[in-house]
Amino acid sequence: MTERRRILFLLTLTVLMLCTDAKEPEELTVFCGAGLTGAFNEIGQIYENESGIGVDFNFDGVPALRAQIEQGAYADIVVSANLKHMDALEREGYIDNDTVEIFAGNKVAVIVPNDNPANITNLTDLAKPGVKILIGIKDLPAGDYARRVLDKLAVDPEYGPAYKEAVAANIVSEETTVNRIVSKVALGEADAGFAFISDVSPQMVGKVTRIVVPDEYNVVGKSPLGVLKHSKYPQEAQSFIGLVMSEEGQSILKKYGFIPVNENSMNWQAIDQTSSKVCDNWGRIRWI
Amino acid sequence: MDLNRFKPEIVEPYSRIIYGPGFNLRLRNKILKTGLALAICLTMAFIALPVASLFLKSPLDTTLRSLHDPVVMDALRLSMMTSTLTTLIVVLMGTPVAYVNARFHYPGKEIVDSLIDLPVIMPPAVAGIALLMAFGRMGIVGHYLNALGLSIAFTTLAVIMAQVFVSSPFYIRQARTSFEDVDLAFENAARTLGASRVYTFFHVILPIAINGLISGAIMAFARSLGEFGATIMFAGNFQGRTQTMPLAIYTAMQGDMDVALCLALVLVVISFLVIALVKTLTRRMYRNART
Repeated sequence: MTERRRILFLLTLTVLMLCTDAKEPEELTVFCGAGLTGAFNEIGQIYENESGIGVDFNFDGVPALRAQIEQGAYADIVVSANLKHMDALEREGYIDNDTVEIFAGNKVAVIVPNDNPANITNLTDLAKPGVKILIGIKDLPAGDYARRVLDKLAVDPEYGPAYKEAVAANIVSEETTVNRIVSKVALGEADAGFAFISDVSPQMVGKVTRIVVPDEYNVVGKSPLGVLKHSKYPQEAQSFIGLVMSEEGQSILKKYGFIPVNENSMNWQAIDQTSSKVCDNWGRIRWI
Repeated sequence: MDLNRFKPEIVEPYSRIIYGPGFNLRLRNKILKTGLALAICLTMAFIALPVASLFLKSPLDTTLRSLHDPVVMDALRLSMMTSTLTTLIVVLMGTPVAYVNARFHYPGKEIVDSLIDLPVIMPPAVAGIALLMAFGRMGIVGHYLNALGLSIAFTTLAVIMAQVFVSSPFYIRQARTSFEDVDLAFENAARTLGASRVYTFFHVILPIAINGLISGAIMAFARSLGEFGATIMFAGNFQGRTQTMPLAIYTAMQGDMDVALCLALVLVVISFLVIALVKTLTRRMYRNART
């Protein structure tokens, strides 16, 4: 009998310990777009050092993260590279809408391997026959924005619709994360890829080169983050967001090529309206 | 005659003698049986539930409508085409290897055997990166091919190569055991009657082993149909060219769940057909072997 009582006592103790444990988080779960890996790992490290709370990242393509959340996955914070998926999650009631903030802007860049076998030096070269181009799938923020850039180029008489068709014909693969585009270009398997300016991480600097898409054709993507409604640690999550928005966080983002939110050069409102309109058209366009 | 002397002297069951009085064998058996039944049920539920959920979660009308989606059609066509070609290549390449390894001894045979089995154990992502390092544009072989103007990555050929790489062991292993099961007496009889080696192979050995070979080929077909990791790394993801069914499921899951579910259902149905086919074929093979 005493044996049994002892076991019972130990069991109650463990349950109690588990209960008290739940109040003090050991780690925050952050679902984060794959392209933000470098910058957010760095910010997460700072957060860990300052608060003692671990940050557990799940890096993947934003549409994949959204699907996981919609299927019931647990996360405290979701970080997206574009507004579309965040809007959808807000509409569907997964996000605490008051917590959503835009933490950075981003622009499209064409990346080429350093030895540049196809000799691509400007946007026109992308239309040369035989060039192998990678693009994100249309649901991926990077893929979506790349298509908008091509749309803008198509309406410009200097490039025209024929240019867009030629580039589309050169696309050899639609990738599901932007990191895979960068690494395949770095490997030299493809001649060029559409990514964000910020996607060339410090490790990739020696392997790929960026070709800037001029501002008149570029699209500025807004990257939001927010706390999920079912988060067990909303306060801690809020303080993580605070760190991202702080000068320290913003300077890290800037280092990785993001546009910090306090830079006045961006007209957020105007960008938002045009982008959602083009986005609707894109859903219908089929490649090849 | 006194029949009583044949009566067994021990009336008590052995178990009671071993375990002492109060031991109920029947009860113990019952508990054991219930336990085993429970284990089977749990295992069954664990496998059957997700498969059943696929069917329960996808309404039939939207799924059937998705079947006409160009993404689904392209993926289905590409998958069928590449998997069929892969199976053909694997059978042509693998049959001689399997036969030689079943019948002859030669130095380095163990190494060959292990190498053949390697892709089964290798994670597909490793296979993908290995293929890239070999046949990619900067790869060891691909480098020379590229100089000749041949580029494999991001083409349908890359899909087939990835599939051959991962599915060949499934055929070669099965073919080897099938050849080993063919009684040497048949072969010797044919040879003593004057049949050449090649004639014997095609007219004696092959007909006996054929069911095993076919079921091996079906397994290879099924494996190549499901190939994902190596394909997405080596061949990329392009609708109609390299986007096979598993890749299309992965891509569609990020946008259009209906399409993903539809493709998943098609693959489940094909998997069932494959199992049924292999089962009937192997059963027939053993019946043939016995008679």
